Amino acid sequence: MRLRNPFVMESGVFTTNYRDDMAFHFPVLAKIRVAVILLLLFLLPFFASTYFVSIANLAGIAVIGALGLNILTGFTGQISIGQGAFLGVGAYTAGFITAKLGLPFWLALPAAGFVTALVGAVFGVPSLRLKGLYLAIATLAAQVIIEFVIVHWETVTNGVHGMFLPAPGIFGYALDSDVSYYYLVLTACIIMTVFCFNLFRSRVGRAFIAIRDRDLAAEVMGIDLFRYKIYAFALSSFYVGIAGALWGHYLRIISPEHFTIGVSIQYLAMVIIGGLGSVMGSIYGAVFITLLPIVLRELSGLLANYLPNIEAVILGLKEAVFGITIIVFLIYEPEGLAKIWQNIKDYFKLWPFSY
Amino acid sequence: MTFFLQLVVTGLVVGAVYAMVALGFVLIYKSSDVINFAQGELLLVGAYTCWTLVAVYHVPFLLAMAVSICVSLFLGIAIERMVLRSFINEPVISVIMATLGLSSAMRGILQVIWSTDTKTFPEIFPSAPVIIGPIAVSRVYLYSLFISLAMLVIFSLFFKYSNMGIAMRATADDQQAALSMGISVKVIFAATWAIAAVVAGIGGILLGNINGVNPSLSHIGLTVLPVAILGGLDSIPGAILGGLFIGVLESLSGGYLDPLLGGGVKEVAPFVVLVLILMIRPYGLFGQEIIERV
Repeated sequence: MRLRNPFVMESGVFTTNYRDDMAFHFPVLAKIRVAVILLLLFLLPFFASTYFVSIANLAGIAVIGALGLNILTGFTGQISIGQGAFLGVGAYTAGFITAKLGLPFWLALPAAGFVTALVGAVFGVPSLRLKGLYLAIATLAAQVIIEFVIVHWETVTNGVHGMFLPAPGIFGYALDSDVSYYYLVLTACIIMTVFCFNLFRSRVGRAFIAIRDRDLAAEVMGIDLFRYKIYAFALSSFYVGIAGALWGHYLRIISPEHFTIGVSIQYLAMVIIGGLGSVMGSIYGAVFITLLPIVLRELSGLLANYLPNIEAVILGLKEAVFGITIIVFLIYEPEGLAKIWQNIKDYFKLWPFSY
Repeated sequence: MTFFLQLVVTGLVVGAVYAMVALGFVLIYKSSDVINFAQGELLLVGAYTCWTLVAVYHVPFLLAMAVSICVSLFLGIAIERMVLRSFINEPVISVIMATLGLSSAMRGILQVIWSTDTKTFPEIFPSAPVIIGPIAVSRVYLYSLFISLAMLVIFSLFFKYSNMGIAMRATADDQQAALSMGISVKVIFAATWAIAAVVAGIGGILLGNINGVNPSLSHIGLTVLPVAILGGLDSIPGAILGGLFIGVLESLSGGYLDPLLGGGVKEVAPFVVLVLILMIRPYGLFGQEIIERV
């Protein structure tokens, strides 16, 4: 029996039949918590500075991209080092549609998703025969090839000069400020997170997980490996394409150096640090990696008052800290922030009698 | 025709350097199933150490090279001990991310120590090119060709005949079986990383003599990945042939296609060929095919 007192925490699993077990199981407190978090997120621009909102925008865009990568790498087990280039495909597609064709933004956003999904599916084809390291290298090839195309297809992308994008607008509302853009990003984020949560309760999502755990066993159970791997690549790229489109229109100027392998590595780091195969983990990881350089910059600003030369050193160390963070997480908590948060919750679930 | 020959020869000598760097990838992969994305940074360490000794402290070049080889050696062991040992038997993605993190960390630290501007070696190899028939070849490239060929021979013999080499192959094949035969897998891994770091260090010194040393030198790590994959990650002859092949491919595509497509074909051509070859032979040209049984 579930207690109905809203201030009582969930303290164990009490379902007695499969229906209850499969159902979305939200204790009252969790519902309230989600509502409060959503409310806070929607009210954020009213009490936070514009600078903070702009960081939130970047984090939100990163969340969408990280969700996409997690679908592919965390849930389907296909490593991709080509994420940065796929972001580029999304950003340039959306940019081409709004800047060069002059079509509205609400059309460009899904179009970017679908075009990137198509490109992703094409580069997913080798995944049928390649596994592990060899697949990682094939996606690295995708990164290099797409970057090359972006630089050289000048009629579409303006090459190395970059492309200026107009301020996006939806149904007559211009989304040209940080705050208005924040609501666009937040909405997109919520929709894509909810979709992701539901995906892994569906037939397709379960198939992805089966492929990750043991592809041969999955095939024996009747999962068409090739089809589902292509689905995974396409779906993941759709997310990344949307993230790219949002990012491009947020920056308003895109050039090839925004979509290098460094970006791919950053997204991989988000997924690893957040937690492979965890939807919430993608969110934690994306926020963490977005904040890391900003916090470091603030810190170096603080220290600069005392030590005049430290800023240059810390900027160099930013990369080092980034790398060391990845390694430390991999060694001490390979399941990432999501697992750490879960451990904390589990501790309090049965506290003070945790045995 | 002379143009074509010149391109082929340039490709071959550049390819020899690639082959040497690819050797580092192959050595590590062969004994521990790890692909080291920080290989480019190991290159940088060797090059920077040697540069500092030669240009700042005026140490004779050969001595400086020996010292930097020692530095690389200990760095390789330290990396294995501090980072990679935790990743024995971990999934591929963790290992890839660990070495990617390692490369980022090392790049950051190197940047703090040596900043980002290009350091040029004082002239060590005579700059006058060697003329072979109608073709001119830079001396540095020739030396690299000889050194990488020598290393090919040394490592092939090493893996075939020496105790350590045989133990490395055994470890690569089956760690548990190797352990039960009295092979210390830890020592093997440490030795592999030491050797790979040394190979990378030598490659870095040679490349540094060609183009000067700056952080972009580490990108060669990425350029060389197709080489290692093309030949098959676990094949030393594959690395050498792959290196020469990619070198020639780059040089030819750079020479003939760059004017048509506007530059940069050189960098992307190896990857295009790589994808095509992987579609046909998923384990590279000379790699060992893994048969999965359920």
